[in-house]
Amino acid sequence: MADLEKKQTNLDCNPEFRRSRGGIINFLENNRRPLSALMVFIILMLFFIIAKPKMFLDWGIYDAVFRSLPILIVIALPLVFVIVSGEIDLSYVSNMLFSLWIFAAAAKAGWNPFLCMLLAILGGAIIGLINGVLVNHIGLKSIMATIGMKFLLQGLVAGGSSIMPIPLNFLKDTLFYNTFVGKIGNFPVQMIWAVISLVIATLLFNYHKFGSHISCVGDNLESSREMGIRTVRVKTLAFLYVGIASAFAGVLSGLIYLSFEPVSGSPDELMLAVLASVFIGGTPTAGGVGTIFGAFIGACTIRFIQTGVIEIGLSGFWTQFFNGLIILIALISHKFHKSR
Amino acid sequence: MHRNHVITSISIFIEKNRRALSALLVLSAMMIILMIASPQVFLNPLMYRSIFKTLPMFFILTSAMVFVIVSGELDLSFESVIGLAGWIFVLTLKSGLSPYLGVLFALIAGAFVGFINGVLVTRLGLSSFVSTIGMRFLIRGLIHIGTQGEGIQVTYLNGTPFYNTFLGSIWGFPVNMLWGLGFVVLSVLLFSYHRFGAQISCIGDNQESSREMGINVATIKTLAFVYMGIASAIVAVQFTLTNQTFYPGTGEGILLVVLAAVFIGGTPGWGGIGTIVGTAIGACIVKLIESGTVAMGVSYLFKQFFYGLIVILALIGHKLNEKRYRY
Amino acid sequence: MKTKFLELKNVSKSFGKVNALERVNFYIKGEPEIVSLIGDNGAGKSTLIKIISGIHTLNYGEIYINSKKMKNWSVIKSRASGIETVYQDRALAFQQTIARNIFMGRELTGIFGFLKSKLQFAEADRLMRTIGFTSKAFASDSIVNKLSGGERQGVAIARALYFKANLMILDEPTTALSLTESEKVFDFIRHAKESGTSCIFITHNVYHAYSVSDRYVILDRGEIVMETDREHTTAEQLVKDMQKIAQSHDKVREGIKNGRS
Repeated sequence: MADLEKKQTNLDCNPEFRRSRGGIINFLENNRRPLSALMVFIILMLFFIIAKPKMFLDWGIYDAVFRSLPILIVIALPLVFVIVSGEIDLSYVSNMLFSLWIFAAAAKAGWNPFLCMLLAILGGAIIGLINGVLVNHIGLKSIMATIGMKFLLQGLVAGGSSIMPIPLNFLKDTLFYNTFVGKIGNFPVQMIWAVISLVIATLLFNYHKFGSHISCVGDNLESSREMGIRTVRVKTLAFLYVGIASAFAGVLSGLIYLSFEPVSGSPDELMLAVLASVFIGGTPTAGGVGTIFGAFIGACTIRFIQTGVIEIGLSGFWTQFFNGLIILIALISHKFHKSR
Repeated sequence: MHRNHVITSISIFIEKNRRALSALLVLSAMMIILMIASPQVFLNPLMYRSIFKTLPMFFILTSAMVFVIVSGELDLSFESVIGLAGWIFVLTLKSGLSPYLGVLFALIAGAFVGFINGVLVTRLGLSSFVSTIGMRFLIRGLIHIGTQGEGIQVTYLNGTPFYNTFLGSIWGFPVNMLWGLGFVVLSVLLFSYHRFGAQISCIGDNQESSREMGINVATIKTLAFVYMGIASAIVAVQFTLTNQTFYPGTGEGILLVVLAAVFIGGTPGWGGIGTIVGTAIGACIVKLIESGTVAMGVSYLFKQFFYGLIVILALIGHKLNEKRYRY
Repeated sequence: MKTKFLELKNVSKSFGKVNALERVNFYIKGEPEIVSLIGDNGAGKSTLIKIISGIHTLNYGEIYINSKKMKNWSVIKSRASGIETVYQDRALAFQQTIARNIFMGRELTGIFGFLKSKLQFAEADRLMRTIGFTSKAFASDSIVNKLSGGERQGVAIARALYFKANLMILDEPTTALSLTESEKVFDFIRHAKESGTSCIFITHNVYHAYSVSDRYVILDRGEIVMETDREHTTAEQLVKDMQKIAQSHDKVREGIKNGRS
């Protein structure tokens, strides 16, 4: 009997089915999670505005945020797919580094930067595939397999590059540079790329077969398999997606900071920031459901905390504290908004 | 007849301790390869001396982590708990109070955070993965705010009886290793011979069933987190004494390594099964990689590569072992 | 005649507008017996079971244990009265040993909570033999997921037995099992009855019900529509009766089932 109930939810994971009922109430119902995330974000902003109203009139804020926010977004959105499918990936930061290394080495050698980016993305894709194979074909537990890959890649990059950074200033103001991280007026182009990735991810997740398969697989693996979904392939594709995105984000970061640095000061911080974006956004760890837009809001929340804290006059030390607080508040609010 | 009995006993022993033995195999293989490849390093007692300095901390953290993971949860906040407990320890000292009191307060702080983690997970129903990440940030933030980024020195404790209790030597054998092994033994007793361990395993295996059979899931899970908190506090004290200083980043950097040790040791991530001994062996493997690569002069960053390689190979190894047992 | 062990009088239960049970009169005799609860999905079988095991509170009616009326019936009281429920997939922890499963939540401990492992091992062994578990390949420290489906049910049954259950409720124990495995389960249940434990056996499968039970209770749309026993019916007759019930309610039941589940 319980089994039959479980099979019923399979239909629910199909977004078409969900959307077949109309009306505003249903809109609110169906989008609980991203709306919760939005609420947390708005409360956060209100807090900042009250503390220092002038803050938001200062373009410098947005500049700082928009510089690094796109990287968070580009990785967090595909990560939603992996988490909804019931797995986790902790290797993306190292993947970023690895791909950037490929890019930087090739660029320094004088190759066409667009080609270098393609190579980098290829590299990232391969890593993503390897993750997918380890987890889905061999059957390792994703948390540990991707931690292993993270270490592996980090070591590979550091050893291979002999810990020598590669400056990328020569790319500044080239066509390539402007395409990806230039400015339109005062507005950083990378933010446009972030929005593009938001659109792509939203289309894939909510309107494409891939997204609905991901949800089904994360909800009930057995049922999905019985229904003919190729579960292994779907899950591996999710890892591939993260791999490609990490590579892209890696190249972006190389362009933004105009350098490839083999050793970063606090590598775990970026990893946790991306994770936090996804979870603050309302995607639960259990899998089966998720929200792309929520992750987008979550990423904005994390970045604005970092910038806002300093703006309102608190020392940078408060950033971590706020990060933690917001994560817990968001979790609790999602819990109480859960439909059951 | 007698011969059969012996063989059966041995095979039963192997069955029951499959995971720990696998880990032991990996460790032994590693040591043999390393000793052959680089005898001047790996047959040198001095290197083991250096390993022994920090190995106990790993023993303690990984043993406690097994309980949390077997119960089906994760604790990613322990680094910050180490920081918090260490901070409270030195604050107590700075106030002029007895260092033993400092240890007590540190333990209470660790247990308290563990309690909060437990409440978040069992009463509020939050995912332990994310809520402990949240706590990690929150607590580290508090430490940074409170210390304003400044460290505190405690060199004056050198040579005192208090110091010797934790870091001295008995006939040349470092005491902190005794603490580490003692904690492992305690953990083995709790895990395999006590009701606590039995119930943790049942909860991680089938939480619903455990609840129906009357196991107090919330309390037991919370206790696992508390145990982790206490372990973190002990490590904090050891660490602070060893380095003779507390700085706001105390505890950072070992998150993934501790997890790696647990998984290499053969505790799978899905709960219900675990091995303390295997985990201790996993800690040895991880430590060996770390100290070994440094001693061999290999770039410290290649060490990361080896970590990764060993983790993945160990996982695959356990997986092959598992094939018969996963339902 | 001995007093009935369990009696439900005029019990009704509804969830919002849906009437899950209506004026149900159900009993378990004082002597050990095996009763099958038969009915389609939504008939009210699991609601009835949950009321007996104390999970749901009844809206109307009374529960008697050994002719004593029970007030504020709860899971704790139910267990204290010797009623054990065994759910199909949820009963056992598959990676643990047989002994650990049997003593789940009720471990035998010595000082400071340390386990009496040897005693648990021996007791588990004894129990498994009591229910007729004869496999030579397994001992009480074997892991449960090495056992066959029927044998696993046996462990759950042995567990109920250890705690001297007066009544054991098995929710679809043979649904996922082959014929041979189902036979093993029936065997365990018969042994349990011999040891003094009654059994309520929920099933879809009328043949299974017939083969092992003394009495049959058929539920439909929250009411007991038929009650008979071995002496007064045959398996084929039962099947025919079930079909009649199904046919007469077909259309109406569709609508109600959607509301009820």
